Amino acid sequence: MRWRRRLGRIGFWLLIAAITVFALFPFYYAVISSFRAGSDLFTVAYWPEAFDPSNYAAVFQRQPFGRNIANSIAVAAAVVTLSLVLSLTAAYSLGRVRFRGRTTLLFTILSVSMFPQVAVLSGLFELIRVFGLYNSLPGLVLANLILTLPFTVWVLTTFMRELPKELEEAAIVDGAGPWTLVWRVFLPLMGPAVVTTGLLAFIVAWNEFLFALTFTLSDEKRTVPVAIALMSGASAYELPWGNIMAASVVVTLPVVVLVLVFQRRIVSGLTAGAVKG
Amino acid sequence: MLLTLLLVAGWPLARTIWFSFTDARLGRIGENAFVGFDNYLAYFDGQWLGVLADGLWWQSVWNTVWFTLVSVSIETVLGMIIALALNQVFPGRGLFRAIVLIPWAIPTVISARMWNWMLHDQFGVVNDLLMKLGLIAAPIAWTANADTAMWAVVMVDVWKTTPFMALLILAGLQMLPDDLYEAARVDGVHPVRVFFRITLPLIRPALMVAIIFRSLDALRVFDQVYVLTSAASDTMSMSVYARQELVEFQDVGLGSAAATLVFLVIALVIVVTLVAARLRLGEAGER
Repeated sequence: MRWRRRLGRIGFWLLIAAITVFALFPFYYAVISSFRAGSDLFTVAYWPEAFDPSNYAAVFQRQPFGRNIANSIAVAAAVVTLSLVLSLTAAYSLGRVRFRGRTTLLFTILSVSMFPQVAVLSGLFELIRVFGLYNSLPGLVLANLILTLPFTVWVLTTFMRELPKELEEAAIVDGAGPWTLVWRVFLPLMGPAVVTTGLLAFIVAWNEFLFALTFTLSDEKRTVPVAIALMSGASAYELPWGNIMAASVVVTLPVVVLVLVFQRRIVSGLTAGAVKG
Repeated sequence: MLLTLLLVAGWPLARTIWFSFTDARLGRIGENAFVGFDNYLAYFDGQWLGVLADGLWWQSVWNTVWFTLVSVSIETVLGMIIALALNQVFPGRGLFRAIVLIPWAIPTVISARMWNWMLHDQFGVVNDLLMKLGLIAAPIAWTANADTAMWAVVMVDVWKTTPFMALLILAGLQMLPDDLYEAARVDGVHPVRVFFRITLPLIRPALMVAIIFRSLDALRVFDQVYVLTSAASDTMSMSVYARQELVEFQDVGLGSAAATLVFLVIALVIVVTLVAARLRLGEAGER
Protein backbone atom coordinates (compact mmCIF):
# COMPACT_ATOMS: atom_id res chain seq x y z
CA MET A 1 0.00 0.00 0.00
CA ARG A 2 2.80 2.33 0.97
CA TRP A 3 4.81 1.95 -2.22
CA ARG A 4 1.68 2.48 -4.24
CA ARG A 5 1.04 5.77 -2.57
CA ARG A 6 4.62 6.80 -3.12
CA LEU A 7 4.32 5.90 -6.80
CA GLY A 8 1.19 8.01 -6.96
CA ARG A 9 3.05 10.95 -5.44
CA ILE A 10 5.85 10.64 -7.96
CA GLY A 11 3.34 10.43 -10.78
CA PHE A 12 1.58 13.53 -9.52
CA TRP A 13 4.79 15.55 -9.38
CA LEU A 14 5.76 14.32 -12.83
CA LEU A 15 2.42 15.58 -14.09
CA ILE A 16 2.98 18.95 -12.45
CA ALA A 17 6.45 19.12 -13.99
CA ALA A 18 5.13 18.20 -17.43
CA ILE A 19 2.45 20.88 -17.29
CA THR A 20 4.97 23.46 -16.09
CA VAL A 21 7.35 22.66 -18.95
CA PHE A 22 4.49 22.77 -21.45
CA ALA A 23 3.32 26.15 -20.14
CA LEU A 24 6.70 27.79 -19.86
CA PHE A 25 8.83 26.31 -22.62
CA PRO A 26 7.72 28.58 -25.50
CA PHE A 27 8.41 31.66 -23.42
CA TYR A 28 11.71 30.26 -22.18
CA TYR A 29 12.72 29.39 -25.69
CA ALA A 30 11.86 32.88 -26.91
CA VAL A 31 14.07 34.35 -24.19
CA ILE A 32 17.12 32.25 -25.04
CA SER A 33 16.58 32.79 -28.77
CA SER A 34 16.37 36.53 -28.27
CA PHE A 35 19.90 36.57 -26.83
CA ARG A 36 21.40 34.71 -29.76
CA ALA A 37 22.37 36.85 -32.72
CA GLY A 38 23.60 36.31 -36.24
CA SER A 39 24.28 32.77 -37.39
CA ASP A 40 24.13 31.55 -33.79
CA LEU A 41 20.38 31.63 -34.09
CA PHE A 42 20.40 28.96 -36.76
CA THR A 43 21.57 26.18 -34.50
CA VAL A 44 19.10 24.80 -32.03
CA ALA A 45 20.01 25.39 -28.40
CA TYR A 46 18.16 24.25 -25.31
CA TRP A 47 20.22 26.08 -22.72
CA PRO A 48 21.10 29.76 -22.43
CA GLU A 49 24.66 29.70 -23.81
CA ALA A 50 24.94 33.07 -25.45
CA PHE A 51 24.15 36.47 -24.05
CA ASP A 52 24.11 38.90 -26.92
CA PRO A 53 21.79 41.90 -26.48
CA SER A 54 22.17 43.10 -30.07
CA ASN A 55 18.69 41.85 -31.02
CA TYR A 56 17.19 44.14 -28.41
CA ALA A 57 19.13 47.11 -29.69
CA ALA A 58 18.10 46.32 -33.26
CA VAL A 59 14.41 46.16 -32.40
CA PHE A 60 14.41 49.69 -31.11
CA GLN A 61 16.62 51.08 -33.87
CA ARG A 62 15.11 49.52 -36.95
CA GLN A 63 11.58 50.64 -36.30
CA PRO A 64 9.69 52.94 -33.93
CA PHE A 65 9.22 50.13 -31.43
CA GLY A 66 9.48 52.45 -28.42
CA ARG A 67 6.72 54.47 -29.99
CA ASN A 68 4.64 51.31 -30.52
CA ILE A 69 4.98 50.43 -26.85
CA ALA A 70 3.95 53.95 -25.85
CA ASN A 71 0.92 53.64 -28.17
CA SER A 72 -0.08 50.35 -26.62
CA ILE A 73 0.24 51.75 -23.10
CA ALA A 74 -1.73 54.88 -23.99
CA VAL A 75 -4.54 52.93 -25.67
CA ALA A 76 -4.74 50.33 -22.90
CA ALA A 77 -4.73 52.97 -20.15
CA ALA A 78 -7.47 55.01 -21.82
CA VAL A 79 -9.55 51.90 -22.46
CA VAL A 80 -9.23 50.75 -18.85
CA THR A 81 -10.14 54.16 -17.42
CA LEU A 82 -13.08 54.74 -19.74
CA SER A 83 -14.53 51.29 -19.42
CA LEU A 84 -14.22 51.33 -15.62
CA VAL A 85 -15.95 54.70 -15.27
CA LEU A 86 -18.70 53.78 -17.71
CA SER A 87 -19.26 50.30 -16.37
CA LEU A 88 -19.31 51.35 -12.71
CA THR A 89 -22.19 53.66 -13.48
CA ALA A 90 -23.88 50.99 -15.52
CA ALA A 91 -23.30 48.34 -12.87
CA TYR A 92 -25.04 50.55 -10.34
CA SER A 93 -28.16 50.85 -12.42
CA LEU A 94 -28.12 47.20 -13.47
CA GLY A 95 -27.28 45.79 -10.06
CA ARG A 96 -29.30 48.11 -7.85
CA VAL A 97 -32.10 49.89 -9.65
CA ARG A 98 -35.00 47.63 -10.51
CA PHE A 99 -36.58 48.20 -13.88
CA ARG A 100 -38.38 46.15 -16.48
CA GLY A 101 -36.32 44.07 -18.84
CA ARG A 102 -33.25 44.21 -16.65
CA THR A 103 -32.38 40.53 -17.08
CA THR A 104 -32.89 40.74 -20.82
CA LEU A 105 -30.62 43.74 -20.95
CA LEU A 106 -27.95 41.92 -18.95
CA PHE A 107 -28.08 38.98 -21.28
CA THR A 108 -27.90 41.25 -24.30
CA ILE A 109 -24.75 42.78 -22.86
CA LEU A 110 -23.29 39.35 -22.26
CA SER A 111 -23.99 38.27 -25.80
CA VAL A 112 -22.33 41.42 -27.11
CA SER A 113 -19.14 40.13 -25.53
CA MET A 114 -19.51 37.05 -27.71
CA PHE A 115 -19.72 39.14 -30.88
CA PRO A 116 -17.29 38.19 -33.58
CA GLN A 117 -15.02 41.18 -34.07
CA VAL A 118 -15.28 41.08 -37.86
CA ALA A 119 -19.03 41.61 -37.65
CA VAL A 120 -18.53 45.20 -36.55
CA LEU A 121 -15.43 45.80 -38.67
CA SER A 122 -16.93 47.60 -41.67
CA GLY A 123 -19.49 49.51 -39.64
CA LEU A 124 -16.83 50.63 -37.22
CA PHE A 125 -14.54 51.51 -40.09
CA GLU A 126 -17.11 53.93 -41.42
CA LEU A 127 -17.75 55.38 -37.97
CA ILE A 128 -14.05 55.97 -37.43
CA ARG A 129 -13.72 57.57 -40.87
CA VAL A 130 -16.64 59.89 -40.18
CA PHE A 131 -15.15 61.01 -36.87
CA GLY A 132 -11.80 61.50 -38.58
CA LEU A 133 -10.19 58.97 -36.23
CA TYR A 134 -8.68 56.70 -38.87
CA ASN A 135 -5.03 55.88 -38.17
CA SER A 136 -5.24 57.49 -34.73
CA LEU A 137 -5.11 56.21 -31.18
CA PRO A 138 -8.53 57.55 -30.08
CA GLY A 139 -10.02 55.48 -32.90
CA LEU A 140 -8.47 52.36 -31.40
CA VAL A 141 -9.72 53.29 -27.94
CA LEU A 142 -13.24 53.58 -29.29
CA ALA A 143 -12.96 50.21 -31.05
CA ASN A 144 -11.52 48.47 -28.01
CA LEU A 145 -14.36 49.67 -25.82
CA ILE A 146 -16.63 47.27 -27.71
CA LEU A 147 -14.49 44.43 -26.45
CA THR A 148 -14.03 45.52 -22.86
CA LEU A 149 -17.33 47.16 -21.90
CA PRO A 150 -19.58 44.08 -22.02
CA PHE A 151 -17.52 42.05 -19.61
CA THR A 152 -16.52 44.90 -17.30
CA VAL A 153 -20.20 45.76 -16.96
CA TRP A 154 -21.07 42.11 -16.40
CA VAL A 155 -18.39 41.40 -13.79
CA LEU A 156 -18.94 44.64 -11.89
CA THR A 157 -22.69 44.03 -11.84
CA THR A 158 -22.26 40.60 -10.28
CA PHE A 159 -19.96 42.12 -7.65
CA MET A 160 -22.36 45.00 -7.02
CA ARG A 161 -25.22 42.61 -6.36
CA GLU A 162 -23.32 40.95 -3.55
CA LEU A 163 -22.99 44.15 -1.54
CA PRO A 164 -25.46 44.50 1.35
CA LYS A 165 -28.51 46.61 0.64
CA GLU A 166 -28.54 48.14 4.11
CA LEU A 167 -25.48 50.17 3.29
CA GLU A 168 -27.17 51.84 0.39
CA GLU A 169 -30.32 52.51 2.37
CA ALA A 170 -28.34 54.09 5.19
CA ALA A 171 -26.59 56.36 2.71
CA ILE A 172 -29.87 57.38 1.10
CA VAL A 173 -31.36 58.17 4.52
CA ASP A 174 -28.32 60.34 5.13
CA GLY A 175 -29.19 62.25 1.98
CA ALA A 176 -26.72 60.88 -0.55
CA GLY A 177 -27.63 61.15 -4.22
CA PRO A 178 -26.97 58.36 -6.74
CA TRP A 179 -23.69 59.94 -7.82
CA THR A 180 -22.31 60.21 -4.25
CA LEU A 181 -23.59 56.71 -3.67
CA VAL A 182 -21.60 55.26 -6.53
CA TRP A 183 -18.39 57.18 -5.95
CA ARG A 184 -18.32 57.46 -2.15
CA VAL A 185 -20.02 54.30 -0.94
CA PHE A 186 -19.64 51.63 -3.59
CA LEU A 187 -16.28 52.48 -5.08
CA PRO A 188 -14.27 52.01 -1.87
CA LEU A 189 -16.08 48.75 -1.17
CA MET A 190 -15.56 47.46 -4.66
CA GLY A 191 -11.87 48.33 -4.76
CA PRO A 192 -10.68 44.75 -5.28
CA ALA A 193 -13.32 44.06 -7.89
CA VAL A 194 -12.41 47.23 -9.76
CA VAL A 195 -8.72 46.29 -9.74
CA THR A 196 -9.55 42.84 -11.09
CA THR A 197 -11.78 44.12 -13.85
CA GLY A 198 -9.31 46.81 -14.74
CA LEU A 199 -6.57 44.21 -15.07
CA LEU A 200 -8.66 42.03 -17.35
CA ALA A 201 -9.60 45.03 -19.48
CA PHE A 202 -5.93 45.98 -19.65
CA ILE A 203 -4.93 42.55 -20.88
CA VAL A 204 -7.67 42.57 -23.52
CA ALA A 205 -6.68 46.00 -24.80
CA TRP A 206 -2.97 45.14 -24.70
CA ASN A 207 -3.55 42.00 -26.75
CA GLU A 208 -6.07 43.33 -29.27
CA PHE A 209 -4.97 42.74 -32.85
CA LEU A 210 -7.70 42.81 -35.50
CA PHE A 211 -8.89 46.39 -34.88
CA ALA A 212 -5.39 47.72 -34.44
CA LEU A 213 -4.34 46.05 -37.68
CA THR A 214 -7.27 47.41 -39.66
CA PHE A 215 -7.62 50.92 -38.26
CA THR A 216 -4.01 52.02 -38.38
CA LEU A 217 -1.83 52.64 -41.37
CA SER A 218 1.55 54.08 -40.45
CA ASP A 219 4.31 52.52 -38.35
CA GLU A 220 4.14 55.34 -35.82
CA LYS A 221 0.51 54.66 -34.95
CA ARG A 222 0.73 50.92 -34.59
CA THR A 223 0.33 49.10 -31.33
CA VAL A 224 2.75 46.42 -30.25
CA PRO A 225 0.91 43.29 -31.46
CA VAL A 226 0.55 44.76 -34.95
CA ALA A 227 4.16 45.89 -34.99
CA ILE A 228 5.35 42.40 -34.08
CA ALA A 229 3.01 40.67 -36.51
CA LEU A 230 4.17 42.85 -39.40
CA MET A 231 7.88 42.70 -38.62
CA SER A 232 9.64 41.40 -41.69
CA GLY A 233 13.09 41.19 -43.13
CA ALA A 234 14.55 41.78 -46.54
CA SER A 235 12.31 39.13 -48.05
CA ALA A 236 9.37 37.06 -46.90
CA TYR A 237 11.64 34.06 -46.32
CA GLU A 238 14.12 35.96 -44.23
CA LEU A 239 12.23 36.91 -41.14
CA PRO A 240 14.40 38.54 -38.48
CA TRP A 241 13.61 35.91 -35.88
CA GLY A 242 16.06 37.21 -33.32
CA ASN A 243 14.44 40.65 -33.40
CA ILE A 244 10.95 39.22 -33.30
CA MET A 245 11.79 37.14 -30.25
CA ALA A 246 13.43 40.10 -28.52
CA ALA A 247 10.37 42.25 -29.17
CA SER A 248 8.11 39.47 -27.94
CA VAL A 249 10.05 39.16 -24.70
CA VAL A 250 9.94 42.92 -24.11
CA VAL A 251 6.18 42.98 -24.54
CA THR A 252 5.45 39.79 -22.65
CA LEU A 253 7.54 40.48 -19.59
CA PRO A 254 5.22 43.10 -18.05
CA VAL A 255 2.22 40.82 -18.62
CA VAL A 256 4.00 37.88 -17.00
CA VAL A 257 4.88 40.03 -13.98
CA LEU A 258 1.27 41.21 -13.76
CA VAL A 259 0.06 37.61 -13.81
CA LEU A 260 2.52 36.48 -11.16
CA VAL A 261 1.59 39.35 -8.85
CA PHE A 262 -2.16 39.37 -9.37
CA GLN A 263 -2.93 35.75 -10.26
CA ARG A 264 -5.44 35.30 -7.46
CA ARG A 265 -7.43 38.33 -8.56
CA ILE A 266 -7.31 37.45 -12.22
CA VAL A 267 -8.63 33.99 -11.45
CA SER A 268 -11.49 35.35 -9.37
CA GLY A 269 -12.37 37.89 -12.04
CA LEU A 270 -12.34 35.37 -14.88
CA THR A 271 -14.51 32.91 -13.04
CA ALA A 272 -16.89 35.61 -11.81
CA GLY A 273 -17.41 36.65 -15.39
CA ALA A 274 -18.25 33.19 -16.57
CA VAL A 275 -19.52 30.88 -13.87
CA LYS A 276 -21.81 33.19 -11.97
CA GLY A 277 -23.59 33.93 -15.22
CA MET B 1 -24.34 54.83 -20.44
CA LEU B 2 -26.41 52.01 -21.88
CA LEU B 3 -26.89 54.25 -24.84
CA THR B 4 -23.11 54.42 -25.24
CA LEU B 5 -22.90 50.67 -25.28
CA LEU B 6 -25.70 50.44 -27.78
CA LEU B 7 -24.06 53.06 -29.94
CA VAL B 8 -20.60 51.55 -29.73
CA ALA B 9 -21.68 47.98 -30.41
CA GLY B 10 -25.09 48.11 -32.04
CA TRP B 11 -24.55 50.85 -34.58
CA PRO B 12 -21.48 49.35 -36.32
CA LEU B 13 -23.22 45.98 -36.44
CA ALA B 14 -26.28 47.53 -38.05
CA ARG B 15 -24.08 49.34 -40.56
CA THR B 16 -22.20 46.15 -41.38
CA ILE B 17 -25.45 44.38 -42.12
CA TRP B 18 -26.54 47.35 -44.26
CA PHE B 19 -23.27 47.35 -46.20
CA SER B 20 -23.74 43.69 -46.98
CA PHE B 21 -26.68 44.70 -49.17
CA THR B 22 -24.73 47.38 -51.03
CA ASP B 23 -21.86 47.61 -53.48
CA ALA B 24 -19.69 49.77 -51.18
CA ARG B 25 -15.93 49.85 -51.77
CA LEU B 26 -13.37 50.68 -49.12
CA GLY B 27 -12.15 53.88 -50.80
CA ARG B 28 -15.61 55.38 -51.24
CA ILE B 29 -17.50 53.84 -48.41
CA GLY B 30 -19.97 56.73 -48.31
CA GLU B 31 -21.38 56.35 -51.82
CA ASN B 32 -23.00 53.02 -52.41
CA ALA B 33 -26.06 51.60 -54.06
CA PHE B 34 -28.46 48.99 -52.77
CA VAL B 35 -27.91 45.68 -54.53
CA GLY B 36 -30.14 43.32 -52.54
CA PHE B 37 -28.77 39.86 -51.90
CA ASP B 38 -26.19 40.05 -54.72
CA ASN B 39 -23.28 39.86 -52.27
CA TYR B 40 -24.64 36.66 -50.83
CA LEU B 41 -25.72 34.90 -53.98
CA ALA B 42 -26.40 36.15 -57.47
CA TYR B 43 -26.83 34.66 -60.91
CA PHE B 44 -24.99 36.69 -63.48
CA ASP B 45 -23.98 35.85 -67.04
CA GLY B 46 -24.41 32.15 -66.60
CA GLN B 47 -22.49 31.82 -63.33
CA TRP B 48 -23.21 32.03 -59.65
CA LEU B 49 -21.53 34.84 -57.73
CA GLY B 50 -21.42 36.03 -54.13
CA VAL B 51 -20.10 34.66 -50.86
CA LEU B 52 -22.30 31.58 -50.84
CA ALA B 53 -21.03 30.57 -54.27
CA ASP B 54 -17.38 31.02 -53.34
CA GLY B 55 -15.55 27.77 -52.75
CA LEU B 56 -13.03 29.58 -50.57
CA TRP B 57 -15.80 30.69 -48.22
CA TRP B 58 -17.00 27.13 -47.72
CA GLN B 59 -13.43 26.02 -47.25
CA SER B 60 -13.02 28.66 -44.53
CA VAL B 61 -16.28 27.57 -42.87
CA TRP B 62 -15.08 23.98 -42.83
CA ASN B 63 -11.65 25.04 -41.52
CA THR B 64 -13.23 27.05 -38.73
CA VAL B 65 -15.58 24.28 -37.69
CA TRP B 66 -12.81 21.69 -37.75
CA PHE B 67 -10.55 24.00 -35.78
CA THR B 68 -13.26 24.64 -33.20
CA LEU B 69 -14.12 20.97 -32.70
CA VAL B 70 -10.53 19.75 -32.47
CA SER B 71 -9.05 22.53 -30.39
CA VAL B 72 -11.95 22.75 -27.94
CA SER B 73 -11.91 18.96 -27.43
CA ILE B 74 -8.19 18.92 -26.70
CA GLU B 75 -8.51 21.95 -24.45
CA THR B 76 -11.33 20.32 -22.50
CA VAL B 77 -9.35 17.16 -21.78
CA LEU B 78 -6.12 18.99 -20.93
CA GLY B 79 -8.00 21.63 -18.96
CA MET B 80 -9.70 18.92 -16.96
CA ILE B 81 -6.36 17.28 -16.10
CA ILE B 82 -4.84 20.60 -15.05
CA ALA B 83 -7.94 21.53 -13.05
CA LEU B 84 -7.85 18.19 -11.20
CA ALA B 85 -4.17 18.74 -10.41
CA LEU B 86 -4.85 22.28 -9.21
CA ASN B 87 -7.67 21.03 -7.02
CA GLN B 88 -5.19 19.03 -4.92
CA VAL B 89 -3.50 20.66 -1.98
CA PHE B 90 0.27 20.64 -2.45
CA PRO B 91 3.16 22.98 -1.64
CA GLY B 92 3.66 25.60 -4.34
CA ARG B 93 0.10 25.45 -5.61
CA GLY B 94 -0.19 29.24 -5.89
CA LEU B 95 2.98 29.43 -7.96
CA PHE B 96 1.83 26.55 -10.13
CA ARG B 97 -1.48 28.28 -10.77
CA ALA B 98 0.35 31.44 -11.81
CA ILE B 99 2.61 29.45 -14.16
CA VAL B 100 -0.38 27.81 -15.78
CA LEU B 101 -1.94 31.23 -16.26
CA ILE B 102 1.03 32.72 -18.13
CA PRO B 103 0.21 31.39 -21.62
CA TRP B 104 -3.25 32.86 -21.32
CA ALA B 105 -1.91 36.35 -20.66
CA ILE B 106 0.60 36.40 -23.51
CA PRO B 107 -0.88 38.26 -26.51
CA THR B 108 -2.14 35.81 -29.15
CA VAL B 109 -0.03 37.42 -31.83
CA ILE B 110 3.10 36.92 -29.79
CA SER B 111 2.36 33.34 -28.85
CA ALA B 112 1.69 32.66 -32.52
CA ARG B 113 5.08 34.19 -33.36
CA MET B 114 6.81 32.15 -30.65
CA TRP B 115 5.31 28.94 -31.96
CA ASN B 116 6.03 30.01 -35.49
CA TRP B 117 9.69 30.13 -34.56
CA MET B 118 9.60 26.87 -32.64
CA LEU B 119 7.93 25.20 -35.62
CA HIS B 120 10.39 26.68 -38.12
CA ASP B 121 11.15 24.07 -40.79
CA GLN B 122 14.95 24.36 -40.70
CA PHE B 123 15.92 25.84 -37.35
CA GLY B 124 12.87 25.07 -35.25
CA VAL B 125 13.20 23.38 -31.91
CA VAL B 126 10.17 21.16 -32.43
CA ASN B 127 11.66 19.47 -35.50
CA ASP B 128 14.99 19.16 -33.73
CA LEU B 129 13.40 17.52 -30.71
CA LEU B 130 11.29 15.12 -32.75
CA MET B 131 14.29 14.12 -34.83
CA LYS B 132 16.43 13.52 -31.75
CA LEU B 133 13.68 11.34 -30.37
CA GLY B 134 13.61 9.52 -33.67
CA LEU B 135 9.94 10.24 -34.26
CA ILE B 136 10.45 11.88 -37.65
CA ALA B 137 13.17 11.29 -40.20
CA ALA B 138 13.23 14.68 -41.92
CA PRO B 139 12.22 18.18 -40.79
CA ILE B 140 8.57 19.07 -41.39
CA ALA B 141 7.49 22.47 -42.70
CA TRP B 142 4.69 22.72 -40.17
CA THR B 143 3.07 25.97 -41.19
CA ALA B 144 3.63 25.68 -44.94
CA ASN B 145 2.40 22.12 -45.37
CA ALA B 146 -1.34 21.87 -45.96
CA ASP B 147 -1.68 18.77 -43.78
CA THR B 148 0.08 20.16 -40.75
CA ALA B 149 -0.69 23.88 -40.93
CA MET B 150 -4.08 23.48 -39.29
CA TRP B 151 -2.49 21.44 -36.50
CA ALA B 152 -0.03 24.26 -35.93
CA VAL B 153 -2.93 26.68 -35.52
CA VAL B 154 -4.64 24.25 -33.15
CA MET B 155 -1.40 23.88 -31.19
CA VAL B 156 -1.10 27.61 -30.61
CA ASP B 157 -4.71 27.85 -29.55
CA VAL B 158 -4.44 24.90 -27.18
CA TRP B 159 -1.34 26.34 -25.58
CA LYS B 160 -2.92 29.73 -25.10
CA THR B 161 -6.44 28.92 -23.95
CA THR B 162 -6.16 25.69 -21.98
CA PRO B 163 -5.45 27.76 -18.81
CA PHE B 164 -8.79 29.53 -19.23
CA MET B 165 -10.55 26.20 -19.59
CA ALA B 166 -8.72 24.79 -16.57
CA LEU B 167 -9.70 27.74 -14.40
CA LEU B 168 -13.37 27.54 -15.30
CA ILE B 169 -13.40 23.80 -14.59
CA LEU B 170 -11.48 24.38 -11.36
CA ALA B 171 -14.11 26.87 -10.22
CA GLY B 172 -16.70 24.16 -10.81
CA LEU B 173 -14.64 21.57 -8.93
CA GLN B 174 -14.24 23.79 -5.91
CA MET B 175 -17.97 24.14 -5.49
CA LEU B 176 -18.41 20.38 -5.02
CA PRO B 177 -19.21 19.24 -1.46
CA ASP B 178 -16.38 17.44 0.34
CA ASP B 179 -18.57 14.94 2.19
CA LEU B 180 -19.43 13.15 -1.05
CA TYR B 181 -15.78 12.33 -1.59
CA GLU B 182 -15.41 11.41 2.05
CA ALA B 183 -18.26 8.91 1.67
CA ALA B 184 -16.76 7.47 -1.52
CA ARG B 185 -13.39 7.10 0.16
CA VAL B 186 -14.87 5.32 3.16
CA ASP B 187 -16.70 2.95 0.82
CA GLY B 188 -13.41 2.24 -0.94
CA VAL B 189 -14.51 3.33 -4.39
CA HIS B 190 -11.69 3.46 -6.93
CA PRO B 191 -10.62 7.05 -7.76
CA VAL B 192 -11.21 6.58 -11.48
CA ARG B 193 -14.74 5.43 -10.73
CA VAL B 194 -15.21 8.40 -8.41
CA PHE B 195 -14.21 10.70 -11.21
CA PHE B 196 -16.61 9.29 -13.78
CA ARG B 197 -19.52 8.62 -11.43
CA ILE B 198 -19.37 11.61 -9.08
CA THR B 199 -17.13 14.39 -10.32
CA LEU B 200 -18.04 14.44 -14.00
CA PRO B 201 -21.84 14.49 -13.59
CA LEU B 202 -21.63 17.14 -10.89
CA ILE B 203 -19.43 19.57 -12.78
CA ARG B 204 -21.26 19.10 -16.05
CA PRO B 205 -22.98 22.50 -15.91
CA ALA B 206 -19.69 24.32 -15.29
CA LEU B 207 -18.03 22.23 -17.97
CA MET B 208 -20.76 23.05 -20.47
CA VAL B 209 -20.42 26.78 -19.78
CA ALA B 210 -16.66 26.56 -20.32
CA ILE B 211 -17.04 24.57 -23.54
CA ILE B 212 -19.62 26.97 -24.93
CA PHE B 213 -17.54 30.03 -24.10
CA ARG B 214 -14.49 28.51 -25.75
CA SER B 215 -16.41 27.35 -28.83
CA LEU B 216 -17.87 30.79 -29.44
CA ASP B 217 -14.40 32.21 -29.09
CA ALA B 218 -12.89 29.63 -31.42
CA LEU B 219 -15.51 30.25 -34.12
CA ARG B 220 -14.24 33.80 -34.57
CA VAL B 221 -10.55 32.87 -34.59
CA PHE B 222 -8.40 35.38 -36.41
CA ASP B 223 -5.09 36.38 -34.83
CA GLN B 224 -3.17 33.12 -34.82
CA VAL B 225 -4.32 32.12 -38.31
CA TYR B 226 -3.33 35.49 -39.70
CA VAL B 227 0.11 35.42 -38.10
CA LEU B 228 0.95 31.75 -38.61
CA THR B 229 -0.16 31.22 -42.18
CA SER B 230 -1.45 34.66 -43.31
CA ALA B 231 -4.05 34.01 -45.99
CA ALA B 232 -3.32 30.45 -47.08
CA SER B 233 -6.55 28.74 -48.04
CA ASP B 234 -5.68 25.57 -46.08
CA THR B 235 -6.16 27.31 -42.77
CA MET B 236 -8.29 30.34 -43.62
CA SER B 237 -10.95 30.95 -40.99
CA MET B 238 -14.26 32.73 -41.54
CA SER B 239 -12.95 35.89 -39.89
CA VAL B 240 -9.82 35.92 -42.04
CA TYR B 241 -11.95 35.47 -45.16
CA ALA B 242 -14.21 38.37 -44.25
CA ARG B 243 -11.32 40.68 -43.48
CA GLN B 244 -9.52 39.76 -46.66
CA GLU B 245 -12.52 40.68 -48.80
CA LEU B 246 -13.02 43.83 -46.79
CA VAL B 247 -9.52 45.25 -46.56
CA GLU B 248 -7.24 43.55 -49.06
CA PHE B 249 -9.79 43.34 -51.87
CA GLN B 250 -11.50 46.57 -50.78
CA ASP B 251 -14.89 44.98 -51.32
CA VAL B 252 -16.88 46.22 -48.34
CA GLY B 253 -20.12 44.76 -49.65
CA LEU B 254 -18.86 41.22 -50.01
CA GLY B 255 -16.74 41.39 -46.87
CA SER B 256 -19.71 42.67 -44.88
CA ALA B 257 -21.84 39.86 -46.24
CA ALA B 258 -19.27 37.34 -45.01
CA ALA B 259 -18.99 39.13 -41.66
CA THR B 260 -22.77 39.09 -41.32
CA LEU B 261 -22.75 35.35 -41.97
CA VAL B 262 -20.12 34.86 -39.25
CA PHE B 263 -22.30 36.87 -36.92
CA LEU B 264 -25.36 34.81 -37.82
CA VAL B 265 -23.54 31.53 -37.22
CA ILE B 266 -22.40 32.63 -33.78
CA ALA B 267 -25.76 34.17 -32.92
CA LEU B 268 -27.41 30.90 -33.89
CA VAL B 269 -25.12 28.97 -31.56
CA ILE B 270 -25.88 31.42 -28.74
CA VAL B 271 -29.64 31.18 -29.27
CA VAL B 272 -29.57 27.38 -29.41
CA THR B 273 -27.53 27.27 -26.21
CA LEU B 274 -29.80 29.71 -24.40
CA VAL B 275 -32.91 27.81 -25.44
CA ALA B 276 -31.36 24.52 -24.40
CA ALA B 277 -30.34 26.01 -21.06
CA ARG B 278 -33.81 27.39 -20.48
CA LEU B 279 -35.42 24.05 -21.38
CA ARG B 280 -33.17 22.29 -18.90
CA LEU B 281 -33.96 24.88 -16.24
CA GLY B 282 -37.65 24.36 -16.97
CA GLU B 283 -37.24 20.61 -16.48
CA ALA B 284 -35.42 21.12 -13.21
CA GLY B 285 -38.16 23.49 -12.05
CA GLU B 286 -40.93 20.98 -12.73
CA ARG B 287 -39.31 18.25 -10.72
